[in-house]
Amino acid sequence: MLRKTPLYDQHLNAKLVDFGGWEMPLHYGSQIEEHHQVRQDAGVFDVSHMTIIDLTGKKVRQFLQYLLANDVGRLKTIGKALYSCMLNENGGVIDDLIVYYQTDELFRMVVNSGTRDKDIAWITHYAKEYAVQVQERDDLAMIAIQGPQVTKKIKDLLPATALSLKPFHATWENWFIARTGYTGENGFEIMLPAKEAPELWEKLLANEIKPIGLGARNTLRLEAGMNLYGTDMNENCSPLEAGLNWTVAWKPLDRNFIGRVTLQAQKDSGNHRIMIALVLQNKGMLRDHQAIYTDNGEGYITSGSFSPTLGRSIAFARVPMGKYEQVTVQIRNKTLVAKVVKSPFVKNGNVLI
Amino acid sequence: MSEIPGNLKYTESHEWIAEGEDGIVTIGITEHAQQSLGDLVFIELPEVGTEVKQEEICGVVESVKAASDIFSPLAGKITAINEKLVDEPEIVNSSPYQDGWLFKLKPSESLDNLLSHDKYREITEN
Repeated sequence: MLRKTPLYDQHLNAKLVDFGGWEMPLHYGSQIEEHHQVRQDAGVFDVSHMTIIDLTGKKVRQFLQYLLANDVGRLKTIGKALYSCMLNENGGVIDDLIVYYQTDELFRMVVNSGTRDKDIAWITHYAKEYAVQVQERDDLAMIAIQGPQVTKKIKDLLPATALSLKPFHATWENWFIARTGYTGENGFEIMLPAKEAPELWEKLLANEIKPIGLGARNTLRLEAGMNLYGTDMNENCSPLEAGLNWTVAWKPLDRNFIGRVTLQAQKDSGNHRIMIALVLQNKGMLRDHQAIYTDNGEGYITSGSFSPTLGRSIAFARVPMGKYEQVTVQIRNKTLVAKVVKSPFVKNGNVLI
Repeated sequence: MSEIPGNLKYTESHEWIAEGEDGIVTIGITEHAQQSLGDLVFIELPEVGTEVKQEEICGVVESVKAASDIFSPLAGKITAINEKLVDEPEIVNSSPYQDGWLFKLKPSESLDNLLSHDKYREITEN
């Protein structure tokens, strides 16, 4: 039996797929048109399958400084958000997440959908020592609104404090509204009581914000240079091997976090795999798991797809340490060349490569 | 319910075959196939002049989601390919039975083993 989000009835005209045990919209007609809709105008996503967790307790900040590879000590102002990996003792990525600083005794965390059970078990296990309460908020729905025209199109639906939010900040007068997203465009993510979600969804559609499925969500995040848990990283791969070095807070040096020792050793060795971004120079498609050949040995594509904005195929690949200008990939007995570029490929509607 | 024209023949792998008066057949993929693949972004077609066997892989259609081989429904020689699809694969989505044809072939065997539209409809419904 597949799980349904509170917005299931809003997706009846969509092509629905089993997405990690949830019945979710893949697209509402054309995945590529939906992609362009978000890059050029405004789109709305049902992301209620994501896991929202509230952490409360006097020592919650201290707890998160131990639990996460990024440092919540960097969160100085109320409402500020931080992206981080949660690691195991080997430095492998258990999950990636966003954590919001609400009060000194309350932080909200949004983790992935497919990792829900293991994350909650892991967090609860370590929370005990800090007397932190872990509460999953499955009473909430989550709606993402993304695109350059979003602010203009939601003026009458969100409070002024939300509309003026800086990137990676949140407010929670009524609904919890954050200026975050997974597309590389301006936008908001709204967490609200499940029963209020359908009405907001319909109002957004009435304001000419179009529904976007998970298919376009994937190509949007790939163009925006954002990792997807389970394909770009997992428990057998460290943040350093997933292009997430920037999310590890090495300072202060005396902050002990889970996985730090192994991760530090890997960094010091200077000989770990790295993630690179690729643009295929020929016609064809880069796909997950294809083998990549470099001067230093073999690697593989972690996420490959078609970039609707670039009109060609792009990918992330994990390869041996090295500096590369181009690599090759075997696709159906043909050797094709892919150029190594700096991620992201696209941001705020502009091609960056 | 996807469209299945009565004047065409079909395969279990969702190709359609149109008989021309000159003995040349035109081959494409069905409405059902394009719908389940979603937006097509890349198409690889056989070379004109190639001899193909029945059920030989002679091309590929790729959507954002997946790659799907094209099987030749008949043995024969490729006489033409739809060059327009190289730059505009989306034509197959918008017009799978007309402008989105894939290739033409001069068959070296009869068309008797291909599926009628009724048989093909049964397959897509199951």
